[in-house]
Amino acid sequence: MTGWLGRLLVERLIRLAWLLPLAMAGLFTLVSLAPVDPITAYVGARVADVGPDQRAAIAQAWGLDAPAPERFALWLGHIARGDLGSSITFNAPVAEVLADRAGASLTLIALAFVISFAVGLGLGLTAAATRGRWPDRAIRGFAVVLTASPGFWVALLLIALFAVGLGWLPSCCAAPPGLTADEADLAARLNHLILPAATLSVVGTGPLILHSRARAAAFLESPAARHLAAHGARPGWLVWRPGLRHALGPALAVHLAGTGELIGGSVLAETVFAWPGLGQATVRAALGADAPLLLGIALATLVVVFLGNLAADIAARLLDPRLRQA
Amino acid sequence: MIAALTLASPVRRDLLIRGGLALGLVAVLLLAALALPPEGPPVSALSRNLGPSLAHPFGTDSLGRDMALRTALALATSIKVGLFAAVLSTAVAVVFGLAAASHRLADRLVGVATELALGLPHFVLILLIAYAAGGGMAGVILGVGLTHWPRLTRVLRLEAQTVAASDYVAVSRGLGRGPVWIARHHLAPHLLPQIVAGFVLIFPHAVLHEAGLSFVGLGIPPHLPSIGVILADSLRALMAGHWWVAVFPGTGLMLVALTVERFGEALRRAADPTEGVA
Repeated sequence: MTGWLGRLLVERLIRLAWLLPLAMAGLFTLVSLAPVDPITAYVGARVADVGPDQRAAIAQAWGLDAPAPERFALWLGHIARGDLGSSITFNAPVAEVLADRAGASLTLIALAFVISFAVGLGLGLTAAATRGRWPDRAIRGFAVVLTASPGFWVALLLIALFAVGLGWLPSCCAAPPGLTADEADLAARLNHLILPAATLSVVGTGPLILHSRARAAAFLESPAARHLAAHGARPGWLVWRPGLRHALGPALAVHLAGTGELIGGSVLAETVFAWPGLGQATVRAALGADAPLLLGIALATLVVVFLGNLAADIAARLLDPRLRQA
Repeated sequence: MIAALTLASPVRRDLLIRGGLALGLVAVLLLAALALPPEGPPVSALSRNLGPSLAHPFGTDSLGRDMALRTALALATSIKVGLFAAVLSTAVAVVFGLAAASHRLADRLVGVATELALGLPHFVLILLIAYAAGGGMAGVILGVGLTHWPRLTRVLRLEAQTVAASDYVAVSRGLGRGPVWIARHHLAPHLLPQIVAGFVLIFPHAVLHEAGLSFVGLGIPPHLPSIGVILADSLRALMAGHWWVAVFPGTGLMLVALTVERFGEALRRAADPTEGVA
């Protein structure tokens, strides 16, 4: 039982050991390439108050005049001590910004993950149960259209319909105006969560519908299913019991492996709804030339994606013992 | 033979219909952008915030500009950027895929590059590259173009390795054919359809990501027409109930992505008839 898990973990740790330094070097290179002057970005509006002498002093204090490899080593040293630098846009240590905002993003991503998994699997199985008839065609059409729709546009449509047209749900932020998310009561917070989560769940749903439909359809046409049907199993039972069992594992693996895309989508969804999470912080960091925050977010994302992929592999092996051999 | 014909004809018909739709839509939009004034429809104080009507099928925005014209111009920009980015990604995929198939060390390096590129969410990586390039048009094209190669690289690497290991290539080599002859007569006929299909399939992703990047303000500069910028500006109009400012441009973008994606799927099925059977 633990044999395969131990092997998988060791293999992943080895991969992380070479992937992480390379990725860090890559990220550092990317951010250093940007044609922004870190001092100008830091001084911001006070640019008139800062003379050449002070600029030189800042550059020296930050080690900006050192060659790139030296600056990289300096950055690595700081990170090893748990110091991610400080964010210009939020005027706070990067680690603090990450800690403050991770919760909001994780809530959003987790809810979207559950919604799109339930909807994708449910619609996929329904389509497989009605193969070739109109519900199947409608669901497949829906999946294809959903895949081709930009997520932020879906967000705008949801706002137009539910926030402006019907007035049912708020279109912005994580709490009512004037309150922070901590002060708002649970009902208000849930109310604010619905539209952003629905938007974000669009990301993975389309492919998941098609994937679980294909899996369930393959099972329903297999000798095993025909055998059960010959023994009097009703079509509905066949789809929702053994069919679900067949589709569940691969669907969960595909969905977990797509966690990264959910994080990518959260950048857009959080921007539309002014959701106080890391996605919104990413955009503000990039627009504000906030290199330390951008690097911090990228590193955190890298680790989360890595863990998501690992979870996907473990889930796949738990649900399908045949995979443990490989 | 008969089976092959009946199998081939729906695939071919699909290919023709979807290809005609996708290429027709793209051509119409590009030609329309050529015919229209590049600065876009005129600002008009008399026709502000009008809903869809016969005179303005997509309505007008808060400056009285016709949304149908703005949408057409913006879609043309999106298509051009998408084409540039898809060409770039395809080129990277061809170089990487062939290098990986021909040399073991190169294979390792390409594998590492793929792991790195897939280590971050697609959109976050695009954002970082766009940031590194300083944003603007160059940022979008580089960001989107340098991130969409992994899938096609894998396909091409596998295809090239399969062909190179096949019996008929061994026979050709035994008969004294050089590597260039083999590449031209054995490799190219297998790889070209995959490259074309891969290129067409990259395009819709490139267009959607471009729109997202422009939407958050890191892509196409606001003075140029683009769907991302139109949609970013539409938020305030939406709050005032002017739904048409967001609905039609987004639908246009979705239709472009959808028709090209369907065309790409048909191309891929035509390029590789065995795929999707198992």
